[in-house]
Amino acid sequence: MTMTLRDDTVPRFPPGVKFRFDAVRAAWVVLAPERLFLPDDQAVEILKLVDGARSLGAIADDLAARFAAPRDVIAADVAAMLGDLAEKGALAL
Amino acid sequence: MTAFEPPMGLIVELTHRCPLQCPYCSNPLALERAGGELTTAEWQSVFSEAAKIGVLQLHFTGGEPTARRDLPDLVRHAAGVGLYTNIITSGVQLDDRLMAALMDAGIDHIQLSFQDVDPDNADRIAGYRGAHARKLAAAARIRSAGLPLTVNFVVHRQNIANVPRMIALAEGLGAARTEIAQVQYYGWGFKNRAALLPSRAELDQTTATVEAARARLKGRMVIDYVIPDYYARRPKSCMGGWARRFINISPSGKAMPCHAAETLPGFVFPSVRDTSLAAIWQSDPAFLRFRGTDWMPEPCQSCDRREIDWGGCRCQAFALTGDAARTDPACDLAPDHALMQLAVAERGETPADFVYRRFGANDAETPIGETVP
Ligand code: SF4
Ligand code: SF4
Repeated sequence: MTMTLRDDTVPRFPPGVKFRFDAVRAAWVVLAPERLFLPDDQAVEILKLVDGARSLGAIADDLAARFAAPRDVIAADVAAMLGDLAEKGALAL
Repeated sequence: MTAFEPPMGLIVELTHRCPLQCPYCSNPLALERAGGELTTAEWQSVFSEAAKIGVLQLHFTGGEPTARRDLPDLVRHAAGVGLYTNIITSGVQLDDRLMAALMDAGIDHIQLSFQDVDPDNADRIAGYRGAHARKLAAAARIRSAGLPLTVNFVVHRQNIANVPRMIALAEGLGAARTEIAQVQYYGWGFKNRAALLPSRAELDQTTATVEAARARLKGRMVIDYVIPDYYARRPKSCMGGWARRFINISPSGKAMPCHAAETLPGFVFPSVRDTSLAAIWQSDPAFLRFRGTDWMPEPCQSCDRREIDWGGCRCQAFALTGDAARTDPACDLAPDHALMQLAVAERGETPADFVYRRFGANDAETPIGETVP
């Protein structure tokens, strides 16, 4: 991963990418150009906070307040997950 | 019996009509005529059903999907029932009016295919004068409409040296994704194999080019790369496995696990005109025939990759061996693997002439699967 992610980076779904709940599978899905992803529960919690306004830092704060894990561990997980999705073209950073 | 997991994608060949004549076209040699195509209402009810059984993405293809005047109405209906809509087009008919209508209908993504970077060679391969220039204009239209652009280059021995320039063109067009896709040898591609198959050295050089470009463009452009099975050690997981992820529908409404399946003998594929998609997916004998691992012969049956590549491609197994139930010869563990080397040896020093994709050009006596000695 060569991209540098900072706390004030604001992730968003670019045009052509949709994050939505699928009632048939009872699961969240990321739909992208000729690809789709079925994120796991932890990823879903992160992606629900991606709204084009919240920064990585704000996302980590939010999760740290709700889940029992140190904030820097959460921040690293958030950056890794979103960075990976960005590399696949399904997220803009 | 518990229900099989829902399909992810629906691929609809709206029509086999196309102004281009690519000699590697994946359509069957026997092309469907306009009169047999599903109507607007028939397609729309298929899309509604697809959404209901869990299809997430709808891929409009052909032929040339824009040859259907009702394409915007079809996109609008699909988007309305919650499907992600993708159009795979050659772009030659994508003018301002159509672009605006598609945007208004809620299109999510367009994939534009190119024949080459060099306009003369591109037009020659497409069998259509001026095609390349129109595609460049279409790419600009897609970008200025604010849609992400995927550019697809179909690569073979008659344009493979231009791969570095293809990647540069895609960058220049602002593509978010580029597909460097070697011809797959089914349908017209199989018929034209000797004219299309690159050499091992050409392939290796291209692979190195693509890897370097991927590293350089990381985070800016995704490059998908498909190599010809003829030089692979393991088969690709064709369609993610037979009837596991996709339903493909022909212009007249025949439902198949993949677009090439029509070439397989002994199959009666169900029609969406008289069978529900749910019934097709869950219980149609053609869909069940190669689903899972029970049908597999050795060496697949006891191989630990059997749920990774699902034994490879059934259509390729049939095309090369005459038996769709054999291990894909692309696998170097397959008893028929030598056929791949034979085809490579057969390609000759100078490429053979193209047999262009045309209605009626299939009247010659080479049905797919018959050219192997
Ligand atoms: S491959 Fe070429 S001929 Fe076949 S449908 Fe696509 S553009 Fe038309
Ligand atoms: S033997 Fe069959 S399952 Fe194993 S790698 Fe080859 S094709 Fe795949």
